[in-house]
Amino acid sequence: MIRLSIQARQALAKLTLPVLIGLAFGLMLLGKADTLLAERARMALADALAPIYATLAPPIAALRDTIGGATGLWDIRAENARLREENEQLRQWQSIALALDAENERLKANLRWIPDAAPTYVTARVVADAGGVYAKAALLSVGPNHGIRKGQIALDERGLVGRVTELGARTARVLLITDLNSRIPVILENSRAHAILVGTNGPRPRLLYWPEGSMPLEGERVVTSAEAGAFPANLPVGIVHFSSAKVPEVVPAALLDRLEVVRIFDYGLGGIVAPDALARLPERQGR
Amino acid sequence: MARTDQTPGIRPRATLGRRLDIAARAAFPAGCTVVLMLLTGAPLGIADQAALLPAITLACVYFWSLHRPAAMPPPVVFVVGLLFDLLGYLPLGVGVLTLLIVHGVALRWRSVLTLQGFLPGWLAFAGVAVGAALLGWALTALLSFRLLSVGPALFQAVLTFALYPALAVVFVRADRTIADPERA
Repeated sequence: MIRLSIQARQALAKLTLPVLIGLAFGLMLLGKADTLLAERARMALADALAPIYATLAPPIAALRDTIGGATGLWDIRAENARLREENEQLRQWQSIALALDAENERLKANLRWIPDAAPTYVTARVVADAGGVYAKAALLSVGPNHGIRKGQIALDERGLVGRVTELGARTARVLLITDLNSRIPVILENSRAHAILVGTNGPRPRLLYWPEGSMPLEGERVVTSAEAGAFPANLPVGIVHFSSAKVPEVVPAALLDRLEVVRIFDYGLGGIVAPDALARLPERQGR
Repeated sequence: MARTDQTPGIRPRATLGRRLDIAARAAFPAGCTVVLMLLTGAPLGIADQAALLPAITLACVYFWSLHRPAAMPPPVVFVVGLLFDLLGYLPLGVGVLTLLIVHGVALRWRSVLTLQGFLPGWLAFAGVAVGAALLGWALTALLSFRLLSVGPALFQAVLTFALYPALAVVFVRADRTIADPERA
């Protein structure tokens, strides 16, 4: 070690903080100049942490279930009655759905309808919340050789969750439809009018740019639109709800705050992919 | 080491075990900060869990900068900040700058706050929490060229302030026992 006088050492110690603050500004510039760098560092960190979180998940879930089970015992009778009623209603709906499905098939057969290709999908576990205070995303543990690509679509058992935006070796990050950067072409189901669903970081994304004269209606179903080739048509997104400020918002069908398992669908769409993904395409094909 | 020069006297021989013990004690503040930060990312299933990471990180850095700055020097704060940026999906550098400023503020107030017990330290932390949340909010908005809602930042500030006593109770104990190199 270099021997320094006490004065020199004190002066150096006083300088460390200002120098590091300067470095922090440098880091901001670097992050702005090379966004891929931060993304790669994040996904490398996520790859390293995902197995740890995956190991932690079962005991935490067990603990949560125990607590949930204890509180659930209180209202088990009321819950049972409600479920019976709901089951009855769903049976009626099921018979209607089956009849409509059969009719739809008949009509399609008469029209020589070209059927949509059946999409392939993989199921992945959500291991961590990959958002921050200013982002909404989920981290999936997908294992090596997963074949997932950027822009593929994540659904849970109820509806649209989001799209894959970043890929690591063993993990994938899904940007949720509630994120500030999320823009999704949608169709209002009653009027068949197109609109854009814009994330706000809040629990309910907003509807924008619907055509004049076809105002969204409270309770109307919202599905994805195949416009621009980013999404397949008719994936359930949610239900229109007007906020207290009379702004049309969408209550997502997917349980975005309690995601456990999602399916990543490959619809073979090459519509809108982030520009940096294109730059790295040759490297990916090489694998 | 500068520390040995400052306290002359008779002390045990610096065997390997003892040196390891001292090193482990000195590394405790940074180590437990990093472990707690990683734990906030675990699937705990708490609503608004994302706000836990800034709350815990700020509380750890503030507490250890105030009570044991030798174990939380600026380079360590820098590394913790980098981890904060990566784990919290903030624009690179925002967390680093915020934490370094919190560290600087804690060092500046140290002489006053450490003498007066817990309550003044906690109240001063309210100011630090609000300042850090607003700084993080402003920088994130600036770096992503977008006006963000202040709501999440305020929630983060309140959570940070509210969590501090719970962490401080444990840390004060640790500061007197396992984080004290003098007791090695």
